[in-house]
Amino acid sequence: MTMNEMLQPVVQSLQERFQAQPAEFRGEVSLLIAPEFNLEAVLALRDEFQFEMLLDETAVDYWPQNEPRFHVVATLYSFTRNVVIELRFPVDGNAAELRSLVPAYPSANWKEREIWDLFGIRFGGHPDPRRIVMPYEWEGHPLRKDYPLGYEEVQFSFNADQVDRHKRYAKR
Amino acid sequence: MADYRATSIDELRHLVSDRALSGETVLLNMGPQHPSTHGVLRLLLELDGEIVVTCIPDIGFLHTGVEKNMESKGYQQAEVMTDRLDYLNPLGNNLTYCLAVEKLAELDVPPRAQALRVILAELQRISSHLLWLGTSGLDLAAMSVFLYAMRERELILDIFEMVAGQRMMTTYIRPGGVWRDVPAEFEDTVQHVLNILPRRIDEYESLLTTNPLFLERTRKIGVLNTQQCMELGLTGPVLRATGKAYDLRKARPYSGYEQYDFNIPTQQGGDVYARYLVRVAEMRESIKIVEQALQKLPSGPVRSNNRKYVPPPRSEIGVSMEALIHHFKLWTEGFAPPAGHVYAATESPRGELGVYLESDGSPKPYRVHLNTPSFANLQAMPVLTKGHFVADVVGIIGSIDIVLGDADR
Repeated sequence: MTMNEMLQPVVQSLQERFQAQPAEFRGEVSLLIAPEFNLEAVLALRDEFQFEMLLDETAVDYWPQNEPRFHVVATLYSFTRNVVIELRFPVDGNAAELRSLVPAYPSANWKEREIWDLFGIRFGGHPDPRRIVMPYEWEGHPLRKDYPLGYEEVQFSFNADQVDRHKRYAKR
Repeated sequence: MADYRATSIDELRHLVSDRALSGETVLLNMGPQHPSTHGVLRLLLELDGEIVVTCIPDIGFLHTGVEKNMESKGYQQAEVMTDRLDYLNPLGNNLTYCLAVEKLAELDVPPRAQALRVILAELQRISSHLLWLGTSGLDLAAMSVFLYAMRERELILDIFEMVAGQRMMTTYIRPGGVWRDVPAEFEDTVQHVLNILPRRIDEYESLLTTNPLFLERTRKIGVLNTQQCMELGLTGPVLRATGKAYDLRKARPYSGYEQYDFNIPTQQGGDVYARYLVRVAEMRESIKIVEQALQKLPSGPVRSNNRKYVPPPRSEIGVSMEALIHHFKLWTEGFAPPAGHVYAATESPRGELGVYLESDGSPKPYRVHLNTPSFANLQAMPVLTKGHFVADVVGIIGSIDIVLGDADR
């Protein structure tokens, strides 16, 4: 049985209920789902299709594209079916917020803290919305594509204040 | 330092119990420079006398922006960063990254390279478990195991030096195969180590497995059940110590693991002692795998012939114009896999190590995310330590086998 056959009923059900758009690449199935259904879709997978574990949750920044600017990517695994499925939730750049997956999988806690820290995407209903790897007082979200990798960032009159704010020198 | 701001209790109000606010319980800072935290891990412990009420792990002291750095490098250069993540499992990290690149590019790997990858990944697992055995024994005051475990680890690191020229940061496994073929004395040296190891593992076991002091410090400490492991996303030896026989090498085999005959060791206890037993048994299973792989090590090339991704051998460059062009293209702009995204995972000594790789069709990875086992394991610390003594926190940290370079990235 191929992986696709195992996933067929899952994909079909999510397509009907949440208008998920399936895609397959290199034998991996990913579903593009509207962010307002994120918790419902994940709960359906957990409770009806035995996806017991959240393997990974991360984000991708498609800057300068703004609508959607981010994709939040959740990878789920089912021990019973031995299959992996990927859910992608497009998130708008102007209002980067969606609901937290912690009610479905407690392991999403730190993963979402990391996404907030590095991408600046807010998770509504998250139990512990602090930064995780960057210092508490850090400004900016380093994994965004418009965040410079390093070196001295050139300040122009239009962005002088903005650049100044996340520069790492002692202030006053 | 002017904008430095200490964390105030108000920010952690939602994490500690009400008694901490009235001063009834004590908040104690453990780490980040404490040797028993296995790296720069800081734990904020809320203590009622000597009992842990809450444990708040604070990570990020080793955050080096690996993912951001990898996005700015070519696929070949980015691989060098993977060595530095989990510095006890560099070959396993290389392997996972290469599997992701190969999946993305549909790159073939010759059978000899597959077998060499398995041999090296399993030797790496043994060396990582040996270091874990030594250091976590040391945490529980079993001093002598450390010395013996480091002695055997040295033999394995010598093999890595022999094949890759480096003892730790090898970057030996490359997309499409391995860097170069192993030297002639490789097989004998590995066989020599395999002959020694089983006896030595018996020695470690004689020091610990039935040692009453060790049992006292490990049994019924840091207990997790399978359900909790799944909820917290824990894999690897921690999950297997709860009785769930889940191993990626069996569940979703890669690099030809399906050809080898080995067992998945499990235990029912779910405590520190069960994790110890699982890891020791895993070392024996790894020896079995290396032995089988060594016996049927095929001959042939060690890198793919796909010239769009793998540089041609030096001898071809002198006689073939095409080889020269490929070489030039690969070392100036690198290779550009088709656009798309893949997730590749391997069983690292600590659990499932996953690489999420997204390509936009350019010679640099658009997004690399490393789903690391130490990160998941650390998240379980509040559950693991609740209700235990402070002294047991040390044993629990040891038992989940964390590497902070892996957790912080």
